[in-house]
Amino acid sequence: MMSVVQEFTKGLWKEIPPFRLVLGLCPTLAVTTAGKNGVGMGLATTFVLVCSNILISLLRNIIPNKVRIAAFIVVIASFVVIVELVMQAYFYPLYKILGIFIPLIVVNCIILGRAEAFASKNSVLPSIADGLGMGFGFTISLTVLGSIREIIGNGTLFGTSVMWSSFEPFAIMLKPPGAFLCLGLILGLMNLISSRQKGH
Amino acid sequence: MSDYLLLIVGAIFVNNIILARYLGNCPFLGCSTRLDTAIGMAMAVVFVVVMASGATWIVETYILVPYELEYLETIAFILVIAALVQFVEMFLQKSVPALYQALGIYLPLITTNCAVLGIAILAVQNEYDFVKTLVYAFAASVGYGMALIILTGIRERYAVAPIPVHLRGTSIGLVTVGLLALAFLGFAGLVH
Repeated sequence: MMSVVQEFTKGLWKEIPPFRLVLGLCPTLAVTTAGKNGVGMGLATTFVLVCSNILISLLRNIIPNKVRIAAFIVVIASFVVIVELVMQAYFYPLYKILGIFIPLIVVNCIILGRAEAFASKNSVLPSIADGLGMGFGFTISLTVLGSIREIIGNGTLFGTSVMWSSFEPFAIMLKPPGAFLCLGLILGLMNLISSRQKGH
Repeated sequence: MSDYLLLIVGAIFVNNIILARYLGNCPFLGCSTRLDTAIGMAMAVVFVVVMASGATWIVETYILVPYELEYLETIAFILVIAALVQFVEMFLQKSVPALYQALGIYLPLITTNCAVLGIAILAVQNEYDFVKTLVYAFAASVGYGMALIILTGIRERYAVAPIPVHLRGTSIGLVTVGLLALAFLGFAGLVH
């Protein structure tokens, strides 16, 4: 039981993607123009990650080693199509905003990375814990990054105004340069925090 | 003719696939520490993207649309790309060993480079015809290669610079990309 809890919590801080495991950067940078989009993208990725982890862990003794990557991609792509259709039907505005990055969940290296590094070697329960942990970690990261960019770039947080009235939004934060700068500085901050922790 | 020129300039500078559309970041940061690696990766990307976009255009136009299977686009495209990369790898190994030596190790990585799938999907979404798809794919991937080589040049320059310890590695790499993207923002408005 302890190990399952550990598999879950490692994704939330110790190996939180994409701040610690620098994978899956494209959706991280592209959709985080607002906190809300970060949550949407994070949850969509979590769903695909958990489902593909379950299926791959169940099939791990059946899939031949040589074609495993191709098999993983087919499994992941099937779940991405499900997410795509569900979002088109029930969350159309969000589907429009996330756009091309929903089909691109297929090539999100976090999902393939977890399939290869974890689900193909472990049984179902730890795989679910691993998928949930990594997925929630990813969601938290995206929400944090999206919120920072929304506050500085637009003066709002989840759509409500949070800055003082004379605040001039830095529109650059919503554009690509802002995304790269912001993520770069957060990575630096994470390094600083972890080196402080080691110091004690 | 000017149509194609605008398409090329737009894809390379204005809507640069990485600096404006955020596609293909992972290999972008991973392969940009040495110039010869970056050039190899850039050439492999151009090669695969052009072939993959052509192949996915054919699949979309002659298989998915006539049978009304557009909702399977994602799964069909990624399979075509994965199979194509595998095939290209085997073909190069047998027939053009010199090129295989140069591109070989980058090819498997490219399957999960979102720039390849992204460009294929963008070409279909913009409803380009076959020639336009190929031209767009070529220009977009050249833009990717150019950005990769520029970034590598910058990173090689500051390899010996006194950067604060916590910012070293990916962190300063991302900040550099940010400043590069800021420079490329100057091209916005050149082509609509």
